[in-house]
Amino acid sequence: MRKLSWFNLTSLTFGFAFLYLPMIVLVVYSFNSNKLVTVWAGFSTKWYGELFRNEAMMDAAWVTIRVALASSTLATVLGTLAAYVLVRGGRFHGRTLFSGMLYAPLVMPDVILGLSLLLLFIAIGLDRGLLTIILAHTTFSMAYVAVVVTSRLVAFDRSLEEAALDLGCTRFEAFRLVTLPIIAPAVISGWLLGFTLSLDDLVIASFTSGPSSTTLPIKIFSAVRLGVSPEINALSAILIGIVSVGVITASLISKRAIAKRIADENRATP
Amino acid sequence: MAVAPHKPRPNPNQNVFAPWDDPDAVPLIRFKNVSKRFGDFTAIDDLTLDIYEREFFALLGPSGCGKTTMMRMLAGFERATEGTITLGGQDMGGIPPNERPVNMMFQSYALFPHLSVWDNIAFGLKRDKLPKDKIEARVSEMLRLTRLEQFAKRKPHQISGGQRQRVALARALAKAPKLLLLDEPLGALDRKLREETQFELMDIQEKTGTTFVIVTHDQEEAMTVASRIAVMDHGKIIQVDTPARVYEQPSSVYVADFIGDVNLIEGVYTRPTPERGEIAYAEGEPPIAVDPVDGITIGTRVTYAIRPEKIRVSREEPDDRANRAFGKIIDIGYLGNTSTYHVELSTGQMVKAAMTNASRIARREFTWDDEVWLSWRETAGVVLAK
Repeated sequence: MRKLSWFNLTSLTFGFAFLYLPMIVLVVYSFNSNKLVTVWAGFSTKWYGELFRNEAMMDAAWVTIRVALASSTLATVLGTLAAYVLVRGGRFHGRTLFSGMLYAPLVMPDVILGLSLLLLFIAIGLDRGLLTIILAHTTFSMAYVAVVVTSRLVAFDRSLEEAALDLGCTRFEAFRLVTLPIIAPAVISGWLLGFTLSLDDLVIASFTSGPSSTTLPIKIFSAVRLGVSPEINALSAILIGIVSVGVITASLISKRAIAKRIADENRATP
Repeated sequence: MAVAPHKPRPNPNQNVFAPWDDPDAVPLIRFKNVSKRFGDFTAIDDLTLDIYEREFFALLGPSGCGKTTMMRMLAGFERATEGTITLGGQDMGGIPPNERPVNMMFQSYALFPHLSVWDNIAFGLKRDKLPKDKIEARVSEMLRLTRLEQFAKRKPHQISGGQRQRVALARALAKAPKLLLLDEPLGALDRKLREETQFELMDIQEKTGTTFVIVTHDQEEAMTVASRIAVMDHGKIIQVDTPARVYEQPSSVYVADFIGDVNLIEGVYTRPTPERGEIAYAEGEPPIAVDPVDGITIGTRVTYAIRPEKIRVSREEPDDRANRAFGKIIDIGYLGNTSTYHVELSTGQMVKAAMTNASRIARREFTWDDEVWLSWRETAGVVLAK
């Protein structure tokens, strides 16, 4: 291994400290036994226990997970179909308008998106609750899925689909048997992206949630306004843990897949 | 070396494979006044063509000449703007690719990367809902035909380019189509492998009895594999003939120039006697003696096309040939088996002459700046009016 120069070492240390020190502090203090968040009084896991006994918090967590699962799945189906039509549909009338409108939620401020959805739900008389949060999250996640899947489809060799048609597939079979398995990595990462976005959305959820359904970010935000409790630290530490495990697993899987592919290709030399 | 092909050769004593000369033969494919336009661009221009069963038919032309569009119309990916295409008597207009008895081998091979070699070949058979044992038998047969048995379980990215090409062929042949389309099938292979594969293709075509239509821009490839060649340019067919006739009897300057090496000499056609034609090509030089051509008006400007290998180079003036010219060797292209001499005539005209290198190079007869005689027979060249 090459030794780093002191300049590189310093900038690396400061850079990572800037990014991760707050989180480390948070995780460390989640094991604090003191009720005061900022005063260390010894190691304890009692706040984790408290957290799991806090029913309101657990309800909110459950709502969040259901919303994230439902909205990311719905967004993946719709976003993939939208991407497919935009890339494969040829130059149909209004194509540019459609693709522009599909990407609009990406740049639209959350406040505006949330407010407009709220007005829509009131106008059509839909009671705010779990369903409205799911619909709202689907709306913006769908745009992200469409972007990810579009970039994969553009790089996709079109003759693969033609070969499937040529060998007797209908258009739908060609999509199901050839296109979908090949773009699957993009579809899955689109789903994960949608899941994560839904998990940490505060603004849109606060516009579209009702009294019966509160998501975790809303709960945390309102709890923090009354003062940071050690329970919130514990909850945040758990969330950091879940996200880290997910990200590391995903990157390991893709790294291994690439390594395997390279090894296979080397083996194929005649 | 690859085994010599069993290509149908003209032989007066046997039943020659030449359905195009038989007025009773019914073609498998008929293009009738077919045009294809993409917006303002005309890819295919009022084209009529017959292709017969068991033919190995080549569509040859530079890129953008419309050959790929014709193939895509046969596969069903494009629809003709005007005219009809029939296959086995049935109008193909409006029939989607998946319902045609036609399969295609793609230029990029288009192998499904997520499926093994075995599953790639079985893909089309599974769409036909064949029983499992039938699929297995057919896939094994295809693997044997293309010598891929030991690679059945590999994925496409785990095999070499030549093997991928054979998988693509096996997959396209598995459904036993009436017509197999090959889009630049050997373009991605290196030269030696390409030549071997050409003979393999011919062998497989012979064994399966399938009609093959190949698209290529490589004239050597078309000459080697095809029973007939259609030379195309700008959406039109310039000439359809056997490789030998396309080479020896080109119908136009374009074909003569596109296929192989050729000297093109412009001159004025005259016919001093009914048995003798002449082309005056330069002031003060004797005219070129040619066989008389009916249908060319005396006095019109024509192009005389003669292949370099039909011209003999010699030091002494020959007396056994009708045409002679004196010149100086300017350049020599040494190709191993033959040498091409670029000879400048006294009129300033450059003429290429190819000679077989029967003896070793150390004893080569001619060298740069040698003054030599060129000679050829009156039947050696072709008079072209267009």
